[in-house]
Amino acid sequence: MLELKGIYKTFNAGTVNEKRAIDGLDLTLENGDFVTVIGGNGAGKSTMLNLIAGVFPVDAGLIRLNGFNLTSLPEHKRARFLGRVFQDPMMGTAATMGIEENLALAYRRGKSRGLGHGITSEERGIYREKLATLGLGLEDRMTSKVGLLSGGQRQALTLLMATLQKPDLLLLDEHTAALDPKTADKVLQLTEEIVARDNLTTLMVTHNMKNAIQYGNRLIMMDAGKVIVDIRGEEKKNLTVRDLLEKFNIENDRMLLSE
Amino acid sequence: MEFFSDLLSALPGAVAQGLIWGLMAIGVFITFRVLDLADLTVDGTMATGGAVCIVLMTNGVNVWVALLCAFIAGMLAGLVTGILHTFMGIPAILAGILTQLALFSINLRIMDKKANMAINPNNYDLLVSLRNVKQLTIENPIFVAAVFTVLVIALLYWFFGTSLGCSIRATGANPNMSRAQGINVNFNKVLGLMLSNGLVALSSALYCQYQGFADVNAGRGAIVIGLAAVIIGEVVFGRIFRNFALRLLGVAFGAVIYYAVIQIVLTAGLDTNDLKMITAAVVAVFLAIPYWKGKYFNRPAKKGADKNA
Repeated sequence: MLELKGIYKTFNAGTVNEKRAIDGLDLTLENGDFVTVIGGNGAGKSTMLNLIAGVFPVDAGLIRLNGFNLTSLPEHKRARFLGRVFQDPMMGTAATMGIEENLALAYRRGKSRGLGHGITSEERGIYREKLATLGLGLEDRMTSKVGLLSGGQRQALTLLMATLQKPDLLLLDEHTAALDPKTADKVLQLTEEIVARDNLTTLMVTHNMKNAIQYGNRLIMMDAGKVIVDIRGEEKKNLTVRDLLEKFNIENDRMLLSE
Repeated sequence: MEFFSDLLSALPGAVAQGLIWGLMAIGVFITFRVLDLADLTVDGTMATGGAVCIVLMTNGVNVWVALLCAFIAGMLAGLVTGILHTFMGIPAILAGILTQLALFSINLRIMDKKANMAINPNNYDLLVSLRNVKQLTIENPIFVAAVFTVLVIALLYWFFGTSLGCSIRATGANPNMSRAQGINVNFNKVLGLMLSNGLVALSSALYCQYQGFADVNAGRGAIVIGLAAVIIGEVVFGRIFRNFALRLLGVAFGAVIYYAVIQIVLTAGLDTNDLKMITAAVVAVFLAIPYWKGKYFNRPAKKGADKNA
């Protein structure tokens, strides 16, 4: 269970560029929740994910995951609980290293990295199997450098890396925004398969309302650093884009969401 | 003809010198290529290693112990730069310059305030010495330096294949991804800087034995020579040397090529005082080659080029 309590975060405090990104955010996720997050630019979606991941510290508030207090833990220590996929396909993988080397790095997430083999032949078998599930033919290119892969392939690989060691929480920060529609659908399908298979607790930020409605069991909308809409269960299942637009009067120009 | 005979007689020296500096260049490779940091500490460490080694040896310490101490001294210098960079948030280049500056004073202290300290090869068991450079024995510095090179490359190849070594490579390749995968990026940077400077100091210790003296100015411009070796190695062998161990070997060869080129230029009649300028010119040209190649000689990909990737 993820608990965010009374989170505040202001960037550039005390300057003309002061921006209150998160403003008293409270959010609780039950285990197995697949929550889609929508909201306009600057609503605080990515900031929320980065605060959970520890990219920067909170100004105030509490972040707890399955009873562990993450609030003051550095980013690399929180990583043992978290799987992350970023918007930029370049960000989640090491371009100059091989596919299997990237997977081996992810395989050791949350474990100590000593002088044992960086990758074992036993692991290679596991990776080959896992890569085959992506259906991209990457299992035959295990030693290829990741830099040679397309954006979609890299996002699929990053997704695999994020879930290779089962994370307590999966953070997807607009992970299909940089992909073409067909590839984005493919990666989203993969996401749903993996989340369902491992029953992962997931936060998925998206700018696509249709995706936000189609995937997950719960939808939240953020604005000005707070959750302003929280829909779950039956209501979420029956939700349509029209409902969202009408019900919540999303017509002001801050809500630049694509249908 | 005189030119060639002169060159021929000077070449073994250039090869020995190149191989010894190759170890230093491999150290530079670790920071510059693996960690993606420009570390200028090495201009100081390249004098520190020799100073420690010569002082210890003239005080009766065994040569191997002296080498080990030089290596440790280099690691400590790297540790300082690492702490300045990670814990104190100083940009890597500046952190290196600060340590380098401080090392000048420290090197003078190590050598008891003398700018230069000689060691007589007749009285001490040196591993490498200039005067054996044309002998066909196992004491030939080319042979000894080659053995060191092979050992160092083998050890580094093993190390960068371990979990820890892989995480250091990942740190340089993509720090964001590394943190997301639970890698302590700062720790790895410090470790890489220590390893790099340890190697540089080891190279320095060997080089001072080779020359027969330690000099407080021995490291001036060392980073440029190290970079030259790295880049020459990549330009000349980049296409065939893909494997990590071979890339390191390419760097060592790069240092040899560098010293061979310098020797040719010197034999052709240029003054040793012009050396720094020649070095800068050589490095500039080799730095430009990959850029020019990409810009003006961009060949379309061949069929099946993907397989070579």
